[in-house]
Amino acid sequence: MLVTAGLFAAMFVAGGVRYEGFATGQIVLNVFIDNGFLLVVAVGLTFVILTGGIDLSVGAVVALSTMVSASLLQAGWPWWAVIALVLAMGVVLGGGMGAIIHFFGIQPFIVTLAGMFLARGLCYTIGTDSIPITDPAFTAFAQTRIDLFADLWISPSVLIAVAVVLVAAYVLHYTRFGRAVYATGGSEQSALLMGLPVARTKITVYTVSGLCSALGGVLLAFYMLSGYGLHAVGMELDAIAAVVIGGTLLTGGSGYLLGTVLGVLVLGLIQTVISFEGTLSSWWTKIFIGALLLVFILLQRLMSRRGA
Amino acid sequence: MTASTPVLTMTGISKQFPGVKALDGVDFRLLPGEVHALMGENGAGKSTLIKVLTGVHDIDEGRIELDGARVAFTGPLAAQQAGISTVYQEVNLCTNLSVAENIFIGREPRDRWGRIRWKEVRRRAAGILARLDLDIDVTASLSAYSLAVQQLVAIARAIDVQAKVLILDEPTSSLDAGEVQQLFRVMRRLKDDGIAILFVSHFLDQIYEISDRMTILRNGRLVGEYLTKELPQVELVAKMIGQELAELERLHGTAKVFDRPLVEARELGRAGAIEPFTLTIHEGEVVGLAGLLGSGRTEIARLLFGADHASTGEIAIGGTPQPLRTPRAAMSHKIAFCSENRRSEGLIPDLTVRENLVLALQAARGWTRPLPRSRQDELVSRYVAALNIRPADPDQLIRNLSGGNQQKVLLARWLILEPRLLILDEPTRGIDVGAKAEIQRLVAELSGGGMAVLFISAELEEVLRLSHRVAVLRDRRLVAELDNDDRLTTESLMETIAGGGHPA
Repeated sequence: MLVTAGLFAAMFVAGGVRYEGFATGQIVLNVFIDNGFLLVVAVGLTFVILTGGIDLSVGAVVALSTMVSASLLQAGWPWWAVIALVLAMGVVLGGGMGAIIHFFGIQPFIVTLAGMFLARGLCYTIGTDSIPITDPAFTAFAQTRIDLFADLWISPSVLIAVAVVLVAAYVLHYTRFGRAVYATGGSEQSALLMGLPVARTKITVYTVSGLCSALGGVLLAFYMLSGYGLHAVGMELDAIAAVVIGGTLLTGGSGYLLGTVLGVLVLGLIQTVISFEGTLSSWWTKIFIGALLLVFILLQRLMSRRGA
Repeated sequence: MTASTPVLTMTGISKQFPGVKALDGVDFRLLPGEVHALMGENGAGKSTLIKVLTGVHDIDEGRIELDGARVAFTGPLAAQQAGISTVYQEVNLCTNLSVAENIFIGREPRDRWGRIRWKEVRRRAAGILARLDLDIDVTASLSAYSLAVQQLVAIARAIDVQAKVLILDEPTSSLDAGEVQQLFRVMRRLKDDGIAILFVSHFLDQIYEISDRMTILRNGRLVGEYLTKELPQVELVAKMIGQELAELERLHGTAKVFDRPLVEARELGRAGAIEPFTLTIHEGEVVGLAGLLGSGRTEIARLLFGADHASTGEIAIGGTPQPLRTPRAAMSHKIAFCSENRRSEGLIPDLTVRENLVLALQAARGWTRPLPRSRQDELVSRYVAALNIRPADPDQLIRNLSGGNQQKVLLARWLILEPRLLILDEPTRGIDVGAKAEIQRLVAELSGGGMAVLFISAELEEVLRLSHRVAVLRDRRLVAELDNDDRLTTESLMETIAGGGHPA
């Protein structure tokens, strides 16, 4: 995680030296604004990865959430009912997958892969085209600028994302559920013998991930003001990358939420740097993320080997 | 002590498993403030008794009373809440969490908002560990500490729940002598606090050192309950195996002369694992490796088998240098290696006895030439009989066999290959006295037939009994090679291990 923080600082400074108008507070805030939904999704995924699991369905659930929101708003539902329903949908999807993973003892990879296809497929049963969102509450959310000091501003989505991070960090470190997450990731067998509610923990982490994905979808709907089945394609991989770059071990049991936040910031900053560069294709973002991911996995491996 | 009433009474306990009566009308009682050893060979019913007591299995007949009230636990958690805690051989804690957390997880002190009070957790953890004479940093992650400390942390976790009964199932099998003493100090202290301790161990010396009373089981039946100080060791063994066991004498009476070197390691070493050493093993010779845990015993074995790469030196087989880069290469020179981790590096629990037996032979032949079934059956029945593997059913799954019999299957697997050098790493650890004697006898027979054996064991008596020559290791260095004659005793061997390369 220190490495991630150092990397973020180094990138920020290097960008500031190289490009005019880069080293401002607003750049960091813009990263938050543009990636708030990713942050929320990555937080949910952090819970799952800490138990040693994986959730591939998050991107598809995000897309489904935008689609459901847009179509229901078009049908004239009030905005609060739409949001409540979408969040409930995320909980049901996540909880369902968690229950299948636990009770049938199936690999999380397979179950959430199935969940991914299901959610993505459901998007297209609602509609194959992008549905615009014109609801005043949603547009207000999208356009409101919350002014901070000295010309800095953020969007309401950032506030929501930060709140999610704070609540999640509290849960992980100060509640029994949070500690059971770490214990399950450390050794499920031991956790069981120590009398921890492993079943409940595992199902709950997937539920949390589903809820966060749905919330991420709502934030993406604010940001894009549309619902579309092709939104957030490949986002599950971005989220996994952010979590891993943030220092959480894919084998579970070790990692911090702050790391995930830094991971998302690093990913966002790469995008910003590449857009500042101007001449590079945006696909270079993917190449950098790939290279970074590899470096971080190798680092983790080396460190855990030295620890052993 | 005899005046106090039992905290736990089990009467007429019977438990039937498919095909076998694991417990048959067993009575057992536990008095407060005593260490009570549960004795018996593998398969005698010790584990089953512990499992029915802690609610892992139901009982078919009989009654369990705790503090005079009849109980039936639904699982280990329920038993724990009633005051019966168990610490298993494998430490079941989460090494990624801190020491304090491992003691308290699942029952952390919380404020009324459900928030964990970390300060309180750390303070109380330090308090409990102080009770056990353990002064360590409770905020450090458990993985930073040795297995022995982890074992004590597991005990700390167990006694925090106001335990009345503490069950220690083979807690000492992976500890060294100093660590065992630390554990015993803790046990004595807990005993003084009035906790009843049920102790299971295969080490008779430890039983005699720590226990007040013992209950002996054989084949699922109760043999009897005895005061430890009134039961001599020989009688105990006799009661456990049900017959008078001839005193295990040194199996090689006279020193033979070995002049045909089979495997020569010349300045063989591996950085970080073992300092360069020179060791010659002759045909028909049993070379014992003695040393403490972590002194480099297994490292030597792995180098000779090609499982690790040497960074210096060379190995010569029959006089010509051979690069042993892989276990396959070693196997082609007829070197066989029985790993100390028979669960993880040896047996495949879900295959049958027959399949496990022919595995190495099949691997040597290659998968394109399957071993005919008739040949398999012939080999299996021969070795099952020769090694007295029980049950003598080749289609039984390995997981259903006791530890001693699993070890015999593993041995048979390598014997089928007719190796010239057999490396045995802790072949008798965790198995009962009867099987131990059989394996020792087998090693002696094999070497009599011309096979060379490298025998690794933590039990010095065993090394002395079997070996022609003993190589002593300390701190990853071969410090001495001693001929096993009348002058070599366990005491002098121990001094060599502890003190330097000069035998007394």
